[in-house]
Amino acid sequence: MADKLFGKAMKRVEDPRFITGTGNYTDDMTLPGMVHAAMVRSPYAHARIKKIDVSKARSYPGVLAVITGQEMKDAGINGIPTGWLHPGIKTPPHYAITFDKARHVGDIVAAVIAETRQIAEDAAELVEVDYEPLPAVALGSDALKPGAPAVHDDVPDNVCFTWSIGDKAAVDAAFASAHKTVKLNLRNNRLVPNAMEPRASLAQYLKASDEYTLWTTSQNPHIHRLLIAAFIMGIPEHKLRVIAPDVGGGFGSKIYQYPEEIIVLYAAKKLNRPVKWTARRSESFVTDSHGRDHETVAEMAVDQSGKITAVRVDTIANMGAYLTTFAPAVPTYLYGCLLAGTYTTPHIYCHVTAPFTHTTPVDAYRGAGRPEATYLLERLVDVMAHELGMDPVEFRRKNLIPPDAFPYQTPVALQYDSGNYEANLDKALELVNYKALRQQQEEWRKQGRYMGIGVITFIEACGLAPSALVGSLGAQAGQWESALVRVMPTGKVEVFTGTHSHGQGHETAFAQVVADELQIPVEDVVLVHGDTGRMPYGWGSYGSRSAPTGLSAIVLATRKIIDKAKKIAAHLLEASPDDIVHEDGKFMVKGVPDKAKTFFDIALMAHLAHNYPADLEPGLEATHFYDPKNFVFPFGTHIAVVEVDPDTGKVKLLRYLSVDDCGPVINPLIADGQVHGGVAQGLGQALLEEAVYDKEGQILSGNFLEYTLPRADDMVQIEHDHTVTPCPHNPLGIKGIGEAGTIASTAAVANAVMDALRPFGIVHLDMPYTPEKVWRAIQATKPLSQAAD
Amino acid sequence: MYTAEFTYKKAGSISEAISLLQQHPDAKLLAGGHSLIPTMKLRLASPPALIDISKVAELRGVRLEGDHLVIGAMTTYHELETSDLLKQHCPIIPQAVHLIGDPMVRAKGTIGGSLAHADPAADLPASMLALDAKIKVQGPGGARVIAADNFFTGMFSTAMQEGEILTEVHVPVRAGARMAYAKFPHPASRYAVVGVAVVADGGSVRAAVTGAGEHAMRLSKLEQALAGKPLTAENITAACQGLLPPDHLNHDLVASKEYRAHLVDVMARRALMQAAGL
Repeated sequence: MADKLFGKAMKRVEDPRFITGTGNYTDDMTLPGMVHAAMVRSPYAHARIKKIDVSKARSYPGVLAVITGQEMKDAGINGIPTGWLHPGIKTPPHYAITFDKARHVGDIVAAVIAETRQIAEDAAELVEVDYEPLPAVALGSDALKPGAPAVHDDVPDNVCFTWSIGDKAAVDAAFASAHKTVKLNLRNNRLVPNAMEPRASLAQYLKASDEYTLWTTSQNPHIHRLLIAAFIMGIPEHKLRVIAPDVGGGFGSKIYQYPEEIIVLYAAKKLNRPVKWTARRSESFVTDSHGRDHETVAEMAVDQSGKITAVRVDTIANMGAYLTTFAPAVPTYLYGCLLAGTYTTPHIYCHVTAPFTHTTPVDAYRGAGRPEATYLLERLVDVMAHELGMDPVEFRRKNLIPPDAFPYQTPVALQYDSGNYEANLDKALELVNYKALRQQQEEWRKQGRYMGIGVITFIEACGLAPSALVGSLGAQAGQWESALVRVMPTGKVEVFTGTHSHGQGHETAFAQVVADELQIPVEDVVLVHGDTGRMPYGWGSYGSRSAPTGLSAIVLATRKIIDKAKKIAAHLLEASPDDIVHEDGKFMVKGVPDKAKTFFDIALMAHLAHNYPADLEPGLEATHFYDPKNFVFPFGTHIAVVEVDPDTGKVKLLRYLSVDDCGPVINPLIADGQVHGGVAQGLGQALLEEAVYDKEGQILSGNFLEYTLPRADDMVQIEHDHTVTPCPHNPLGIKGIGEAGTIASTAAVANAVMDALRPFGIVHLDMPYTPEKVWRAIQATKPLSQAAD
Repeated sequence: MYTAEFTYKKAGSISEAISLLQQHPDAKLLAGGHSLIPTMKLRLASPPALIDISKVAELRGVRLEGDHLVIGAMTTYHELETSDLLKQHCPIIPQAVHLIGDPMVRAKGTIGGSLAHADPAADLPASMLALDAKIKVQGPGGARVIAADNFFTGMFSTAMQEGEILTEVHVPVRAGARMAYAKFPHPASRYAVVGVAVVADGGSVRAAVTGAGEHAMRLSKLEQALAGKPLTAENITAACQGLLPPDHLNHDLVASKEYRAHLVDVMARRALMQAAGL
């Protein structure tokens, strides 16, 4: 048997098909008789729909149907529900096609189904909608002002929900007796996720069996099936199969149960033809769920000794026009509960107001709440350190949760199971040579060059669990995960998981672990995911849950296989099952290596059942449903080094170093790749990206000419290392790594830029740090020693 | 994503292209297509016909003719970037072209397409003005030559007339001239927010800016300030102050008028410093 694959940087088995263009994405599929949908979308952020005249479009040659919201409502199609409820939350109806008002640019007002995409797009331009434009509101705080236009008539004050966590009285008292306090007004900029693959959906209806199949770009096909079946369309759950084939990136934007998925299902039955819709990029910008968008007042208090005594946060979290599947959880349990970070802060209070606005709905976006929490906390820490005249690293060190304090109960609900923060920080500081960097910074400043160093420590909570807990917090879903491991007569193994891989490399990493557990070649293992018709129920991939939750389920299922295999081997070898050991890929009698059976022998006999234990079922497969005992808590230290050009305000990244602790690393190539991509995405938020809306609710940066995604030349070669602190409560000790880069890098880059601008007396600027913003800030307050030209 | 329907014609020669243009009123000429095709996909333009001139052989290539270089209109950015003749006699063109888009754009985009399109943020127009280039166009009535100074007349508009095709760019060879292009790229589109081209020849400087206004234009204040002066750091810094009043400059999400005006000064200074080898 080969060496263990756990920890090996295996190349991804997915990559050949992706890089040779032979992946199977939703839009790649063509079914016999397939027709195409194009959406008619509101150009207004807020408008009353007075009349829709579809006659010209309907009579355009090749058009099969023009579907309106009224038609679907009359047909009994319900609105799209959210997946997370808070006490008192307002959940106004969200119909796939709106019929009374348009509530954001891109809201669907009609759908055209035609023989070709070209015809559908042409005819969509012929649908005549008589709009009465109404005043709109795009910014959360504007939506809360008295007299602001209401997004939903039955929520006149636009307040979707309010939420709080922590002991407010204790926090207020800590602030009252503080040695020093700092306060920041922060805007966490709204982002457009921009997955490489635009959304697409293809629906088929089989009249003979009354069955539907939906192929769609989803991170969680079972959730779609549940929502569509039980809430929206009333299709019996066993008559609907949802398949998420290859999916080209999600980042949270493919969690949401989208309107187009309902429309193509409805149209497929109506026309008895398969119906496909694929988003244009310009549609993606205004309809894929957006991320972030907070306005926050954040405060920190310290005592005489420089220990943080309290953090107080008041946030307005923009929900957009409708509630997405996960939106209410993001600025609450994934945000307020993270405000302890890596620090011993005894008192924390967080209050959140979540308004509706006339903007694209917001949902989880890579990191989801945790980047927002990390950003504000790490900004506060840097500002406070400066206020105290302390090096920001030493201020952090003073406040880190010590390694002997675990399990550590935070004042905001979470109990961290494990951690070793200072050792992780020290490793990063050593690798980056922090002291030398600070010296270099001093020297550069004398030359009029402005280097900034941002050091941040962070914690994330991923793999939400256990189900009973998340249920008590408002989740309308479980958060366990399932696995089915099926051994075939030839010893080949199919592994079915309820998680979904849309770029994370599960097909490789999970197969490595299964190959190790079963001691078989990795080529003999195939991972099957993304099809409700093939795998047991599962909850999909988001929140870095796939490895800690999904893979744990797989491992426990493989162990059931081993147990059964030992019984079969014992029978064949005429020994007691207790004497069978599983070593070197064989099942053998302990101490008698000649008396052994291969995995193939066992698999074959399990299926033939010719020479077989009388009390054992034939077959060799096992299912496991795994509900974790707790979240997992990856952590790390990230360090960004930037230079600001004071002439133009342009920020250049010089170095980026991360030391992550996601427990034991299954595949370093994949884990590092996740960090690299995450860091680039987080840097995008800090320096480049922003969904800018005008007062009328029009997005001004709704295309790639204006919306700046990070590119290769914005990045540097990331220096990356790990510490390993295993999770104590799952079988492999593993934690998530998919979001760490994004959670950390925004704050690290932000602190670096602010550090660079310190000689100018600048304390805080809101992201993104675009050149003009930085230049203007410098102009407003020139450096004391450097009277620039 | 999906253009409106159109007719596609491929021209094999300049004269064929001219006659196709006459046969298809409102047709657009297709060169590299990197500006035209996206506009058509977004249905901001729906020309009834495209006449593809990108493969017309007589429109391609760079050659030296006496005291000037002749650049065919359909010479791609990549060809300009790698042309030994240009590197030797007119290095500002390869330098500016290297900053255009990405390798895919440079493989398809052409000098003629860019100049005829006259995007106010395109890179090459500034160099054309600074180089005192001449632009040759040909139509049913014959050929004529337009000085770069008179070519750009507004946002996306030029001195070319209906039915004319841009065929060649003529650039005077100036032995010993020092030249450079400094660009502040738009972070998303990578077009020029501001790009300044300078050509210093003897005691005179020609300088032009793109991205700042409705079309590329000469920086006459800078030229006058440096006339007859040596290109020292001191002279350059002193000259690059308040080159353009902000009032009439472009403004967008990336740069306000004031910031753009400031960038013109900074990019002018950087271009001159580079040209002067400082």
